[in-house]
Amino acid sequence: MSQHEVSVTINGDKQTRTVEARTLLVHFIRENLGLTGTHIGCDTTSCGACTVSIDGEAVKSCTVFAVQADGATIETVEGLAAGGVLHPLQEGFWEKHGLQCGFCTPGMLISARALLARNPHPTESEIRHGISGNLCRCTGYNKIVEAIQYAAEKLGAAGKGA
Amino acid sequence: MATHLDDRTEHHSPKPEGSSANVPTSDDVRITTPAKVCGMGHRMKRKEDPRFIQGRGRYVDDVKLPGMVYMDIVRSPYAHAKILKIDASEALATPGVLAVITGEDLKKAGNLHWMPTLMSDTQMVLPIEKVVYYAQEVCVVIATERYIAADAIEKVQVDYEPLEAVVDPHDALTDRVIVRDDKPKKTNHIWHWEAGDKAATDAIFASAATVVEEKIYLPRIHVSSIETCGMVANYDKARSHMQIYMTSQAPHAHRTVFALVSGLPEHMIQIISPDIGGGFGGKVPVYPGYVCCAVASLVLGRPVKWIEDRSENLQADSFARDYHITAKLAADKHGKITGLQVYTLSDCGAADAAANPSKFPAGLYSICTGSYDMKAAHVIVDGVYTNKPPGGVAYRCSFRVTEAVHMIERMVDIMAHQLGEDPADFRLKNFIRPDQFPYKSPTGWEYDSGNYKAALDKAMTMLDYRALRKEQLEKRKKGQLMGIGISSFTEVVGAGPSKDYDILGIKMFDSAEIRIHPTGKAMARFGTKSQGQGHETTYAQIVAEELGLPASDIQVEEGDTDTAPYGLGTYASRSTPTAGAAGAMAARKIKAKAKKIAAHLLEVGEDDLEWNVDSFQVKGSPDRKKSIQEIAFAAYTNHPQGMEAGLEATDYYDPPNLTFPFGSYICVVDLDTGTGEIKIRRFVAVDDCGNIINPMIVEGQIEGGLTMGLAPAMYEEIVYDANGQNLTGTLADYLLPTAVESPKWELGKTITPSPHHPIGAKGVGESPTVGAPPAIANAIVDAMWHLGVRHIDIPITPQKVWRLLRKHGVTD
Repeated sequence: MSQHEVSVTINGDKQTRTVEARTLLVHFIRENLGLTGTHIGCDTTSCGACTVSIDGEAVKSCTVFAVQADGATIETVEGLAAGGVLHPLQEGFWEKHGLQCGFCTPGMLISARALLARNPHPTESEIRHGISGNLCRCTGYNKIVEAIQYAAEKLGAAGKGA
Repeated sequence: MATHLDDRTEHHSPKPEGSSANVPTSDDVRITTPAKVCGMGHRMKRKEDPRFIQGRGRYVDDVKLPGMVYMDIVRSPYAHAKILKIDASEALATPGVLAVITGEDLKKAGNLHWMPTLMSDTQMVLPIEKVVYYAQEVCVVIATERYIAADAIEKVQVDYEPLEAVVDPHDALTDRVIVRDDKPKKTNHIWHWEAGDKAATDAIFASAATVVEEKIYLPRIHVSSIETCGMVANYDKARSHMQIYMTSQAPHAHRTVFALVSGLPEHMIQIISPDIGGGFGGKVPVYPGYVCCAVASLVLGRPVKWIEDRSENLQADSFARDYHITAKLAADKHGKITGLQVYTLSDCGAADAAANPSKFPAGLYSICTGSYDMKAAHVIVDGVYTNKPPGGVAYRCSFRVTEAVHMIERMVDIMAHQLGEDPADFRLKNFIRPDQFPYKSPTGWEYDSGNYKAALDKAMTMLDYRALRKEQLEKRKKGQLMGIGISSFTEVVGAGPSKDYDILGIKMFDSAEIRIHPTGKAMARFGTKSQGQGHETTYAQIVAEELGLPASDIQVEEGDTDTAPYGLGTYASRSTPTAGAAGAMAARKIKAKAKKIAAHLLEVGEDDLEWNVDSFQVKGSPDRKKSIQEIAFAAYTNHPQGMEAGLEATDYYDPPNLTFPFGSYICVVDLDTGTGEIKIRRFVAVDDCGNIINPMIVEGQIEGGLTMGLAPAMYEEIVYDANGQNLTGTLADYLLPTAVESPKWELGKTITPSPHHPIGAKGVGESPTVGAPPAIANAIVDAMWHLGVRHIDIPITPQKVWRLLRKHGVTD
């Protein structure tokens, strides 16, 4: 299996590793870079637990090869809290009980952030559709929707984007 | 750290009528401690969340140990086949492959190729003669890298001779094809179980004014927690010590099973159940993969990781339901329900590997008379083997209660419609009355407390039920289909009293151990294991309530068998009823000692002291007091002569009875007469789980449970073809509801405490999964009853509705 050097900027850090061509991005992030906040829940791009941000877009990292991300800027859940201050979405999920087992949460947070970046004031229906690529088995989604509304309001009040 | 949300005033409606066994029903969450203590009733933000929202959770697949290698599993492409030969030479020749373990290898290692199930049946770990279900584990490969192991399983050559598979349980009963020819008796019939009084029930039916009968199938479904199952087994040959990280809902019980099966001494096995990404019953059984992973580590003397992928999880792990029910309900001439007869065929798959208490092969299914007072009932269940994966786990319910509730709530609706009565009025007429509690059911249960009318009244008020019925009639005149479905369920949770409840002989108590440190901070450990339920928060609140220590000062730990007291784990909504009770009782033992210390410090008699939130104070002189923190310090620095130092206690709680949460759900649907699309317009859920520890967490449990009730009602089903091939082996085929399908749930509550539980709580995590499916099914059938539709099996898809609309001439 051919080996390839892959360089990414992940959560602000430049990282380079040599991996097999077939290495999935999610494995690259979890195994090679040791960032285990990004999870794996299925093999069919259905559950969204592996969602990360690649150059600003929410992407399911189980369906991307690490080599395809060469040169990209990636953000994972570990990078959300800037300077130790929780991102309004993290705050919202905590405040509104938007998580239970926590397994889908990292992917849900990244999807929600991409949603708020392109639509800072989403309706409830837009939020539901915006996170419909992320499965949660615990919460029934109501409180996730409320958490995202909380963050949208807070970001809006601060005049900031996601 | 801010750990408290403002307690909000809940919606108040008129005081519910009636009281149960001298237990009044109320609307109000009881709060007795200030926000800084954050005892019961406070909306405390979860203590576990900071790690999860920052990607710092630690799940089994996050565990990485030095020298760790990876296991993958060769699985059967047939549901039933003889194994002629396993040739692993090509796999073994692959660089990086360390070992291949087959059934023969396990046999040589001490007959480890078979294991006991929780129901005292046997199940193959790895087969030698034949495979009995599709995707069955055939052998395992261990390699230095995950990808190499995945490659190598393709290189193991297995020669099979396919046999005819028996997939339908009715067909299996003919014994035409024998699934388990390892057994002395050549039959697929496993067990026969009865509850209730046959003669009395037959007599009721002989004289009944009205009898309705229906066949109801509760299909095979899968819990499909977002985290699949997995293990890291780390056998240290030098210490003869086995450390296991495992996706386990019951780590202590699993350790005992591992010790008994492997022969390793139990004190040299440590099972750690770290953060668990959802359980719902699917992480109660011991799967062959776990055993193989542990054996691989024993053989290789290195850490071995096994993480199943989603297809393996859906295809081979334990299923839920698969009950084929025929039910008959009798009523007298006044429309009063008098009796129930149920026959059920339980499709167990290739082993009886259900997760029920040992004495209950059909779980607590005989709770099936539900919320209704009737004279007699008789229930028969037969268990049968088929060529499908073994199981019979909960899917977020307590031991077959969902099957029972679905059946009775469907039957009650059918009877109401048959008699031309409004389904709500019919229920109100037939409910067990509050003054009948504690209520002895015809099948032998003693319901602890309940006020069913209060819950249904509240639900009806919340959505103005009578107005909806009027709207329905008007819509019908215009050819529009709208339905209203009710489910007034009774749950039975908190297993259970040791006289009746055990798993493999281990009684179903649970435990807590609390240590108060000199500075007044505490460690509380429990025998259960949260998989998202929020125990780190709610258990801390229980202890805070009892001792006045701030909940934020109480560290809760579970899941490590080396440190936590022995318990049977978390499933069947048992954690609060059992371990939560143990927490309260252990805290009370500590409080009794604290009182002695306070009396010593204040130089008064114990009788002169009274408790006030967080202090013992002298009666009549509230200024003379000692706080729990001062007492804790004294327990290590200035305790009375003759008293043991320290401030800690352990409690093993054996509940005197189960608890019986209940509720009333009402679902309103609109059907698209052209496409059969089902739109849930409103869904109101009124739950009564007794006293509430944390309203925010209770709401979260209910909303999540409702979506997991919607799932089998409208989307999920594990489907097999005639050869036993699973046709729903990915999440692209097995449909979990997303945020789009899941409606905006509307919650209400009543509070009827459990009279026998130390804090009056009942358990809540599963009620909505139990109660929601019949409300949805009843609503859809209600929309079409006037067309001649009596029953539709779940999942009720637009396609099923559309076919019925065509059949009845509504659409073409």
